[in-house]
Amino acid sequence: MSTRSIVPFGPQHPVLPEPIHLDLVLEDERVVEAVPSIGFIHRGLEKLVEKKDFNEYVYVAERICGICSFMHGMGYCEAVEHVMNVEIPDRAKYLRTIWSEMSRIHSHLLWLGLLADAFGFESLFMQSWRMREKILDMFEYSTGGRVIFSVNKIGGELKDMPNDMLNSFLSMFNDMEKELKTLTKTFLGDYAVNSRLKDVGFLTKQQAHDLGTVGPFMRSSGIALDTRKLGYAAYPNIDFEPITSTVGDSYARTDVRIHEIFQSFDIIRQAVAKIPNGEVSVPVKGFPNGEYMMRVEQPRGEAVYYVKANGTKFLDRVRVRTPTFANLPGMLETLKGCQLADVPILILTIDPCISCTER
Amino acid sequence: MDGQILSIGPGDLVSGALQMKHDGYRLVQICAIRTKTGFELYYSFAKEYNLVNMHLEIADDTEITSISNIFEPAFLYENEIVDLFGVKIKLITLDYKGNLYRIEKKTPFK
Amino acid sequence: MNMMPFTKTALKNLFSKPATRMYPQQARKYPQRTRGHIEINIDTCILCGICSKKCPADAITVDRAGRTWSIERFGCIQCGYCVESCPKKSLSMLQDYTQPAGQKRIDTFEKPPEPPKEPVVSEQKEAEKNA
Repeated sequence: MSTRSIVPFGPQHPVLPEPIHLDLVLEDERVVEAVPSIGFIHRGLEKLVEKKDFNEYVYVAERICGICSFMHGMGYCEAVEHVMNVEIPDRAKYLRTIWSEMSRIHSHLLWLGLLADAFGFESLFMQSWRMREKILDMFEYSTGGRVIFSVNKIGGELKDMPNDMLNSFLSMFNDMEKELKTLTKTFLGDYAVNSRLKDVGFLTKQQAHDLGTVGPFMRSSGIALDTRKLGYAAYPNIDFEPITSTVGDSYARTDVRIHEIFQSFDIIRQAVAKIPNGEVSVPVKGFPNGEYMMRVEQPRGEAVYYVKANGTKFLDRVRVRTPTFANLPGMLETLKGCQLADVPILILTIDPCISCTER
Repeated sequence: MDGQILSIGPGDLVSGALQMKHDGYRLVQICAIRTKTGFELYYSFAKEYNLVNMHLEIADDTEITSISNIFEPAFLYENEIVDLFGVKIKLITLDYKGNLYRIEKKTPFK
Repeated sequence: MNMMPFTKTALKNLFSKPATRMYPQQARKYPQRTRGHIEINIDTCILCGICSKKCPADAITVDRAGRTWSIERFGCIQCGYCVESCPKKSLSMLQDYTQPAGQKRIDTFEKPPEPPKEPVVSEQKEAEKNA
C-alpha cells in the first residue's frame, strides 16, 4: 500500500537560481506527477510598449533577462529591421555573431557552475565561474558593461571592436580552451558526478517532439535542429553542424552543452577570420509599419520575437516567446518516475531562466 | 512575415490543428493581439525549419476551443492569454482559471 | 574508473595566489569603455530637452525657464541613449560608478544667464557700414 502525499517545491529553494513553484505528488519516494505554478516575477514588460517608443524599447528588451541579455536586444532589433526593410552592414552582422557566441559561452559556463553547485561540488562551481570572469572582463572591455551591453540599435551596432581587440580576445580564448579541457575531464569522467547524472531523467525522441521542446534539451534526445541554420546575422558564411546525443538523460544534456562551448570557440575563430572592414551602422528614418516573426537561437533554445507596428512611433505589440516557456512541459514529463532527491538536478538540466519566461 | 500565413475562422481551429499534428508539426507559440474590434490570434507551428502561422480574428466574447488535447504544451500558452487578455477558451486540460500569473488587476492587457 | 580527476586542479589552486582582489583596499581599474555615470558640460548645453525625452528611465529633468539640468543618480540605468542623442555633444559617459548611499540623490547643474548681446551686434553693423 503506497500513500500519496503532496510536497511543495520552491519558490525559495537553495538550488534554484530563480523562483518557480512545483507541487510534487509523491508515492513513497517516487514522483508521480508535478503541477507547475509560475508568475512570481511577472513584470509586464510587454505592456511597456505602449509607453516607450520603438527606439527606446531596445533598452527594455535587453533587460528581460540578465543571462540572455544580448540576444533579446538582437532579436528585437532584427525583427524591427525586417519590418522596416533595413539592411545592416556586413561588419555589424559579424559583430552580432561574435557577441552572440560569447554570450553563449558565458551562459553555458554559468550553467555548468550551477549544476556543480546543485550536487554539492562547490570547488567545481568556483572553477567554472572563475573562467566565466574572463569572458565578463572581455565584455566590459569591448562594450562597457559586464552583463547588460547596450550595443544594439535598430540599424546596426553602437560600438565597434577594432581588429587588434579581436586578436587579443582570440589568444585569450586559446588559453580558456585548454583550461576547459581539464574541467571537462571532471564533468564527464568523475565517478561521483556520473552517478548523479547518468540514467536520470530520460526523454525519448518522440516525447521531445510532441512536447515542443527546444534547444540543447531537444538536441540531447536526438533531434538535430538548430535555429542558427535559418541564416540570420553572419551564420550563412560559417560552417557548423548541430551537436546531438541519442541517449536523452541528464548526462547527455551536460555533454551537449560542453561540446557547444567548444563549437562556439570555433565559430568565433571563423568569424574573426572572415570579418570585413566597414561601417557598423546605417541611419534609419521613418516609422515601422507591418509585422514580422523572428526566430533566434538563444543559449537555452529557440526564441521567437513577434513585432507588429502601425506606422506611428509606438508599436502595437511585441511578443517574446522564450525557450524555457517551451521546455516546461518537457521538464514536467522527465520528473515522472524519478526519486525526490533527483528533482533539483532535473529542473536545472533544462537551464531554467524564469525571468525570461515571465517577462 | 517569416513563414506562410493561413487565415481561418474560429470553427476551423481544431480541425486545422489536427491536420498539423497529423503532418508532424510541433507547436511553437500562441500569441494574442488586442485590436479595436476584438482580438487577433496567431497559432504558429513548425516542422524542421519551416514555420506556418494560423491567423484568427475573433470578437471580444467569442468562445474558442482549446487545442491542448491535441498539442500538450498548449495549456501554458492558452492560460496566459486567458489571464492577460481575457479571451474565452473552453476545455483546457489544466485550467488555472485566470490565476497563472497572480497579478492584482484582472486582464491588464485588455 | 577515474576516481579523482579534480585533484590536479585542487592542488594547483592550493599553491597559487588567490583569484580575488582585496577590494576596497585595492581599487579596481576600469577599462576605458565602462559605462559608469553621466557628466554634462553645462556651458555647451542649449537646454533643448531631447535627452529628457529620450531617457528610457525618465531620470533627466530639464527646466528651460529655471535654466537647470538635473539627473537622478540612482534612477539612471547607464544605457548611453542621452549621450548619443544630444545635438551639441555636451553629455559624456565616465567610468566610475555612483557610490552606494543610504538615500536617493538628484544632481542639479545650473546654466549661468547669458551675457547681453547688444555690443556684438552693433560692432558687426559698424563693420558692415564701413565696408
